[in-house]
Amino acid sequence: MAILELTGISKHFGAIQALVNVSLSMEPGEVVGLMGDNGAGKSTLVKIIAGNFPPSGGTISMLGRKVVFHKPSDARAQGIEIVYQDLALCDNLTAAANVYLGRELMTGFGPFRVLDYRAMFQRAGELFAELKSETRPRDLVRRMSGGQRQAVAIARTRLSEPKIVLMDEPTAAISVRQVAEVLSLIRRLRDHNIAVILISHRMPDVFAVADRIVVMRRGEKVADKPIGGSSPEEVTGLITGAIENA
Amino acid sequence: MATSLEESISKREHVNLLSWLMSRQAFWVSMAALFAFVILSLMSDVFATQQNLFNVTRNFAFVAIIALGMTAVIITGGIDLSVGAVLALSGMVIGMSMNTGTPFWIAVPMALGVSLFVGFFNGVMIAYVGVPPFVVTLGMLSIARSLAMVLSNNRMVYEFGPDQAQLLWLGGGFIDISLPFLDTIKVPNPVLFLIVMVLITGFAFRWSKWGRHLFAIGGNERAAILTGIPVRLVKVSVYMFCSLCAGIAGILEVGWLGTITTSLGQGMELTVIAASVIGGANLSGGIGTAFGAVVGAALIEVIRNSLTLLGISTFWQGTFVGCFIIVAVLFDRLRTRGAND
Repeated sequence: MAILELTGISKHFGAIQALVNVSLSMEPGEVVGLMGDNGAGKSTLVKIIAGNFPPSGGTISMLGRKVVFHKPSDARAQGIEIVYQDLALCDNLTAAANVYLGRELMTGFGPFRVLDYRAMFQRAGELFAELKSETRPRDLVRRMSGGQRQAVAIARTRLSEPKIVLMDEPTAAISVRQVAEVLSLIRRLRDHNIAVILISHRMPDVFAVADRIVVMRRGEKVADKPIGGSSPEEVTGLITGAIENA
Repeated sequence: MATSLEESISKREHVNLLSWLMSRQAFWVSMAALFAFVILSLMSDVFATQQNLFNVTRNFAFVAIIALGMTAVIITGGIDLSVGAVLALSGMVIGMSMNTGTPFWIAVPMALGVSLFVGFFNGVMIAYVGVPPFVVTLGMLSIARSLAMVLSNNRMVYEFGPDQAQLLWLGGGFIDISLPFLDTIKVPNPVLFLIVMVLITGFAFRWSKWGRHLFAIGGNERAAILTGIPVRLVKVSVYMFCSLCAGIAGILEVGWLGTITTSLGQGMELTVIAASVIGGANLSGGIGTAFGAVVGAALIEVIRNSLTLLGISTFWQGTFVGCFIIVAVLFDRLRTRGAND
């Protein structure tokens, strides 16, 4: 059964039609590359899935059950996690503190509850090990490489046993070596049966990791096919409009 | 990677205690204060006397208490310019109310309540209305001092009604601590307040959710919002905490002086900010310690005291304090640059 099912999603801001009748279905453990030019409606679609704003029309269901998100925490409660483009990390805090930001573990009883450093270091360390990242829980984020930062942001989504992870341009501004690191992090998520939506401009990254590719143009979905049945040339044509649809 | 999971988890940023200490600005400022202390003890017969040290510690306690609140505000990336005026307002509320016969145990909560309300107003304007902290608290600086004038008709108040003795004891009193092999040490009450407050604040910074969230807001406010931290509530609470510190210092200072005028604490906000910054608080947010605020305040007072004792004109005080602010920040800049390269 589809973990996420969008049916006929539309969104307009005043007279501007940002999304027109978009339908999309995802299975657990599937990586979908979402591509499109600037203003094609990628971010609008992602923001609707993340609960930032409601669609003007259409429905969202998870595992066959209809869901309505009024705010981002509603989506989070349903197991949808987001890795933001700027990662939303605090440079002045440790890796573990960033993983647990806003969901700190406490220990003690009654009014005498204090931060449980030991448990947070322990669990964060396990998450990094699971992601096969060299990130250490006690290190400050300020001193980390782009790939290690990604690991911290992704470890954060793993805290709550998510069903779907949305990733916004995770490979946009990092070195080649770090891109490889991030792509392997995405594969780790997939191995845990988590569905991943990867928004990216970088064709090679999408082709390296995605199972399926969805192309948006002017608010419409113009292609949705397995990665094996497509090619970078075709996708470029779809994005620019040289190819009508596929 | 050969390291095991346990090694990776327990791997610390700093190898040992010494390298950890060397990386702390508060440590270097403590060293500077200690150095000045030793030099002064050698150069002046008066400095290391019981009475002079009693005065020095009491004098810096007021600034240090407020610097604790200021450091919390600075950690979130904010600033509170109204603390000197809040100190005067709090002092005037307790002074005027006791002057008209209000009992001590009612006047104290009144003064603290007024301080908390000022902080609440600052916090709401900053967090919910979105006015920059600099502007709101600059306005409040003017408002609070003016209210203190309205309240007292700009008179000097030195009659504190039937409970006068309690107020004077609170701010001007001391307790004796007897140690083996040493003379009895007189500890002024404001210093006792400072010790309790620095312990509570230091504990809250490190071990409470609130403390963690202060640092997160200062480090990356957008990240704090996105991860679901109640950023607005935390901001309101931190300005209330800062004003409360100023209010407590106000009550203690009135008790010590035995009199209150509306000019009390004029320009104090700058000394308090200087103490926080010298103690390692970063004005761009995300960094600061409770202990640092106290040693920053101590260093400023030691400089002031030493100039007096060495017969140097007190007009030089500002030059020394100013140099320390710049050197402290410069030092921090050089150190972090070294660590990043």
